[in-house]
Amino acid sequence: MQPKPPSNPGRRKFLIAATSIVGTGAVIGAAIPFVTAFNPSEQAKAAGAPAKADISKLTKGEMMLVEWRGIPIYIFRHTEESLTNLNKNLSRLSDPDSEEDQQPDYAKNSNRSRKEEIVVLEAVCTHLSCAPKFYPELGTTDFDSDWQGGFFCPCHGSMFDLAGRVYSGVPAPTNLPVPPHYYESEDVLVIGEDEEVT
Amino acid sequence: MFTRLLNWVDDRFPLTDTFERHLSKYPAPIGQNFWYLAGVLLIVVLVIQLISGIWLLMNYVATTEDAFASIQYIMRDVDYGWIIRYMHTTGSSMFFLLIYLHMFRGLLYGSYQKPRELLWVLGWLTYIILVAEGFTGYVLPWGQMSFWAAQVILSLIGSIPIFGEELLTWIRGDYLISGITLNRLFAFHVVLLPLALIAVVFVHIVALHEVGSNNPEGIDIKKHLDEDGVPLDSVPFFPYDVVKDLFAIGIFLIIFCFIIFFFPDGGGYLIEYINYEEANNLKTPDHIVPAWYYTPYYAMLRAITFPIGPLTAKFLGFVVMGGAMVIIAFVPWLDKSPVKSIRYKGLFSKLALFILVLSFIVLGYLGMVTPNPLRTALAQVFTATYFLYFILMPFYTKYEKCKVVPERIKI
Repeated sequence: MQPKPPSNPGRRKFLIAATSIVGTGAVIGAAIPFVTAFNPSEQAKAAGAPAKADISKLTKGEMMLVEWRGIPIYIFRHTEESLTNLNKNLSRLSDPDSEEDQQPDYAKNSNRSRKEEIVVLEAVCTHLSCAPKFYPELGTTDFDSDWQGGFFCPCHGSMFDLAGRVYSGVPAPTNLPVPPHYYESEDVLVIGEDEEVT
Repeated sequence: MFTRLLNWVDDRFPLTDTFERHLSKYPAPIGQNFWYLAGVLLIVVLVIQLISGIWLLMNYVATTEDAFASIQYIMRDVDYGWIIRYMHTTGSSMFFLLIYLHMFRGLLYGSYQKPRELLWVLGWLTYIILVAEGFTGYVLPWGQMSFWAAQVILSLIGSIPIFGEELLTWIRGDYLISGITLNRLFAFHVVLLPLALIAVVFVHIVALHEVGSNNPEGIDIKKHLDEDGVPLDSVPFFPYDVVKDLFAIGIFLIIFCFIIFFFPDGGGYLIEYINYEEANNLKTPDHIVPAWYYTPYYAMLRAITFPIGPLTAKFLGFVVMGGAMVIIAFVPWLDKSPVKSIRYKGLFSKLALFILVLSFIVLGYLGMVTPNPLRTALAQVFTATYFLYFILMPFYTKYEKCKVVPERIKI
């Protein structure tokens, strides 16, 4: 059985067009809650409080780990030697002057730090977000023949120096980010804010 | 009595019709070989995964606090929980093993050529859904590998220029991989993706039964029909192929059970040892690798170490990795050969297919080991040959000398 063709094509056409337009609107409207429900919830947004670290026991050449917003933060205290070594490998770095916006302005210097001997870095590889490992040893390592100390990402072999600056020829495109931070006192470092919020 | 019941149903639902169309009168080509078993075995594995998955779901808890412990609870405290979980983990590896064999069969015998293009694309779609299903499922135990695999794979989305970071946050539902992310991947793994998979597999089989099965000779059996319109070189699917398939299923289940009972870890390939440690967002394991069935693509991702213009190496790696999966869908239109089966294709096609398989296996190995400059260079070479198989296909299939395909299947 074939249904009879409509006897009033003009009206059919109008009804099909009107239903399509209104229907499309309804689909878009109905999609909004489903799409926006994917956004971070208010609870997730609120979970970003700053972290504090006591660096009084951090001796020269040592690194400590704190957690901020679920990310590992590396805090490293330079030795005199490691400070000088920062300038040894400049030609192998892809962004030695920190041109890319990966740090607050107060850390846009040759050490990428607020205090000369303390480096604060987000240990999130700028390639695919693994946590790079701390390799302070100098000389030959598994992955490099002239290592000046720094961080090596075990996932895809990206290399960073002790200031978190990325080597060229590795998958990571940019330097490790420096999180916003300030010193509440000589020994207390606050991560997550640029200055004391009153 | 039975006939009357059947008639009653047939008046209300096309039961006999369906049975005849898809089983007792569906013409299966003669001369199908080992490679044609993967399809039916995939259905068996799909059923195993669905059933074992539902049972796991009864005891699994999708929160960051309890997920890892709930897996241990299933393994130790639930009666036979261990066997159900091992079914599911072994099943996932089998799923991929079989789908790779199934896809290889398609390439081998030209099962994607006209009129089976859509059949191939639908099959490709099941593969893509399976990749997503495997990834989301891998995150659920919330071990170290689960966490860092999610971290690395989701970070790829962040590499998309301009809106990548926003998209990543939208997908994670948080600024890092958290319980929120775990929960939505869980919803994908147990509801959205299995539903999609079942639907596409169903349509895949409907499409297959419309165009008919290919055979190792690549001969169109519909050219020679008997007086009833049945292909001469065919047997009814039921009971002939069904019995053959049952035998294969028996052998397969023996192997499957052997793995579950004696090698459930598969030497660290079916269940990675690092995943026996609970997820720690502050410490990346020394050596992270994806499950074996993703390692070829992972090697391609790592092989791209150079930026091009404004595009970062990591975005290009993402594109290459995605492209490697997407390009498979286009094979029906890349193959310009007048013949289907590799048996009648020329030397170039045989060589090309060999290089493809070699590239895939070598990349699979390179994706499992730690990178060094030599291995990265090797991965770059084999990534190139992988793509060349597809990109050069229109040329080598067109300009090679093929053998003449016989009219009928001889066995």
